Amino acid sequence: MHTKITGAEILVESLKKEGVKYIFGYPGGVVLNIFDVLYEHKDLHLILTRHEQGAVHAADGFARASGKTGVALVTSGPGATNTVTGIATASMDSIPMVVFSGQVPTMLIGNDAFQEADIVGITRPCTKYNFLVKDVNDLSRIIKEAFYIASTGRPGPVLIDLPKDVTVGKADFVWPELEMRSYKPTYEGNKWMISQAAQLMAKSKKPVIIAGGGVIISGAAKELKELAEHTDIPVTMTLMGLGGFPGSHKLSLGMLGMHGTYYANKAVQDSDLIIAVGMRFDDRVTGKVDAFAPHAKIVHIDIDPTSIKKNVRVDVPVVGDVKRVLTVMNKVLKEEIKEQWDEVRKAWLKQIDAWRAERPMSYTHSEEIIKPQFVVEKIYELTKGDAIITTEVGQNQMWTAQFYKFDKPRTLLTSGGLGTMGYGFPAAIGAQFAHPEKLVIDVAGDGSIQMNIQELATAVINKLPVKVAILNNRFLGMVRQWQELFFDERYSHTKLNDVVPDFVKIAEAYGAVGLRATKPSEVEPVLKEAFRIKKTVFMDFIVDWKEKVYPMVPAGAPIDQMLFEQEKKPEKKLKAVK
Amino acid sequence: MRHTISVLVENKFGVLSRISGLFSGRGYNIESLSVGETIDPQVSIMTIVTTGDDWVIEQITKQLNKLIDVIKVTDMTELDHVEREMVLLKVSPKQEHKAEVLNIAGIFRGRIVDSSQKTYTIEITGDEKKIEAFVELMRPMGIKEFVRTGKVAITREGVKKK
Ligand SMILES: Cc1cc2nc3c(=O)[nH]c(=O)nc-3n(C[C@H](O)[C@H](O)[C@H](O)COP(=O)(O)OP(=O)(O)OC[C@H]3O[C@@H](n4cnc5c(N)ncnc54)[C@H](O)[C@@H]3O)c2cc1C
Ligand SMILES: Cc1ncc(C[n+]2csc(CCOP(=O)(O)OP(=O)(O)O)c2C)c(N)n1
Ligand SMILES: [Mg+2]
Repeated sequence: MHTKITGAEILVESLKKEGVKYIFGYPGGVVLNIFDVLYEHKDLHLILTRHEQGAVHAADGFARASGKTGVALVTSGPGATNTVTGIATASMDSIPMVVFSGQVPTMLIGNDAFQEADIVGITRPCTKYNFLVKDVNDLSRIIKEAFYIASTGRPGPVLIDLPKDVTVGKADFVWPELEMRSYKPTYEGNKWMISQAAQLMAKSKKPVIIAGGGVIISGAAKELKELAEHTDIPVTMTLMGLGGFPGSHKLSLGMLGMHGTYYANKAVQDSDLIIAVGMRFDDRVTGKVDAFAPHAKIVHIDIDPTSIKKNVRVDVPVVGDVKRVLTVMNKVLKEEIKEQWDEVRKAWLKQIDAWRAERPMSYTHSEEIIKPQFVVEKIYELTKGDAIITTEVGQNQMWTAQFYKFDKPRTLLTSGGLGTMGYGFPAAIGAQFAHPEKLVIDVAGDGSIQMNIQELATAVINKLPVKVAILNNRFLGMVRQWQELFFDERYSHTKLNDVVPDFVKIAEAYGAVGLRATKPSEVEPVLKEAFRIKKTVFMDFIVDWKEKVYPMVPAGAPIDQMLFEQEKKPEKKLKAVK
Repeated sequence: MRHTISVLVENKFGVLSRISGLFSGRGYNIESLSVGETIDPQVSIMTIVTTGDDWVIEQITKQLNKLIDVIKVTDMTELDHVEREMVLLKVSPKQEHKAEVLNIAGIFRGRIVDSSQKTYTIEITGDEKKIEAFVELMRPMGIKEFVRTGKVAITREGVKKK
């Protein structure tokens, strides 16, 4: 006979069973008893953030950096609603996470009780699944299911709503066997489809691989490299796929899409075969869908059938886990297809090199004023790519994607799908918990950093040596760029320099270190100093506000109709489509 | 094209809203939706009538399948199946039409489930064509109220793909 324990204790025991070490959270009335159980707990550490959104992004950053499921715990009502942006961010990028929210007692649900919010209703469309626990006897089973759902198949966030009476109530602690008849992800790809794909690869003259976030989620970087190298097929990546294939590899074309490289977009548009691996043909990637890769047959490997044939036509669909599918595919290619790959590819790779030479990824350096791209390049140079980079959203994010060569998976953590400003800093905090020994840098914008700047306290108190490199252009730069290009330079409400805070002083006020660079010659010393200091550091880089992200595909245009730095204004026909 | 989709789901709190939320959130049409328990009280069956081209219908079935509580999705339109819907219709015919109302109801094997001095309430079951035909005939008789259950569908034995 077990002795009965409280729901709060069951929660803690269940989390231990799941191997959880860190919970990012914020307390409040209905979760007081859970926080009490966590007080000075020796195995489970609650990391107090300064905002619930920060807690969820930190759990998300922890998950992306480690591949494990991130965990957050918040109170009911406003605590719960504050998590929504973080949950939606994780949902769009398929990040495994379990969020626990407190709830008013079951008896009061539906009565507009104090701090009641229907968080299960609110988060239904932005979670993979969510639960309202009605009986303490169901709690451990629900937690086990939640972790299973969050981390398997196409991962995603799961929310568990915990009414007060459930966490106070008592039950036996049983860690049940999982049994879910209605949820069975497909991992093995159809063998026949895989050989079809291999046959197409052998026949193709101008193939391109597009690698996406699924490669990283699946842990398939090795298999992808093997595939590309064996068949000599060039690889381009979505924003989420960066690091899934080494950015410095000779077959890498860098990122494709709206701010992708000219040569990646050219190659895709001209290709006769696309092998899409764990990516979902987002509109930032395809541009004008009807004009996307008009000559290409498309092989699409994805664990989620809904990703396939959602946005583009597909000739060979393969539903399954990237790693397993590529393992079989590599075997088929090696054993069943005799082809002198390097001979076949020569002309195609030469064509791509010509495009690369025609329009390399570049910017105009200056000796007087700091170019934001220069800061990113220097960060890459000094870290040699051995760091975890998070970004905020906007120009800072795109320059990071363009000028930092991500060679390894899980080294770029960025909000791609939702594009959440304020993501990068708390995500960096989460990543630093996952990898205490690693250098973690948030490349930030002066706008975005102010959306979760309160997390300075979290970083400082936990002695996290997180670095934040603010590309301070005194503007909501990305929006300003669109206004310059498509709205006759009418900078409606994008100018931040009326009140631009002193980021150095803010850092210092929180007990962190603040550094500033205003000239190009100061960039490297500031970065070196920041990397040397074993503390939280804000670096304020005063950069050229006029700088824009190029190349750029105007919204609604085909991806090979790009604007470049030299061309000041887009032609009329490329006007943004709203 | 119009499709009738049968969805077997876990009979859990919130399932209906997950399904309707999927349709509204992604901009798919629902023409009708009916839900009820199956023989196994832990499982419910929903019959959804929706419209869309093949591309959309394929997404709808995949998206339904993706929902954690969904056990099985069957697009009935692709199979040999029987569809039925029940309608309750209240008419208040003029005196001289009363006999005709009863007559038509009889032809359609309708049942009079309630009657008053001025009205008849008729229950009628059938496929879409039959119901439409019946309603058309009743229209001139003065329909006061009209409710329908939405379609339910079941495959015929020895199921063949159409
Ligand atoms: C300002 C801004 C600009 C942007 N510009 C660009 C741009 O120029 N280019 C660009 O590419 N993106 C850009 N993005 C990002 C873009 O919005 C999308 O987030 C991104 O393109 C999606 O990447 P993905 O297709 O790899 O999909 P993800 O969102 O990473 O989805 C992963 C896919 O892999 C599948 N998957 C998951 N796990 C597995 C598994 N184990 N096995 C198989 N499949 C799996 C999933 O089902 C899903 O289909 C931009 C974002 C912002 C905010
Ligand atoms: C929460 C949120 N609100 C608004 C936006 C729209 N938006 C996209 S980029 C951007 C500007 C970001 O400014 P900043 O952080 O300074 O970055 P910069 O582009 O200047 O590098 C805005 C407002 C967003 N992505 N997220
Ligand atoms: Mg800015």
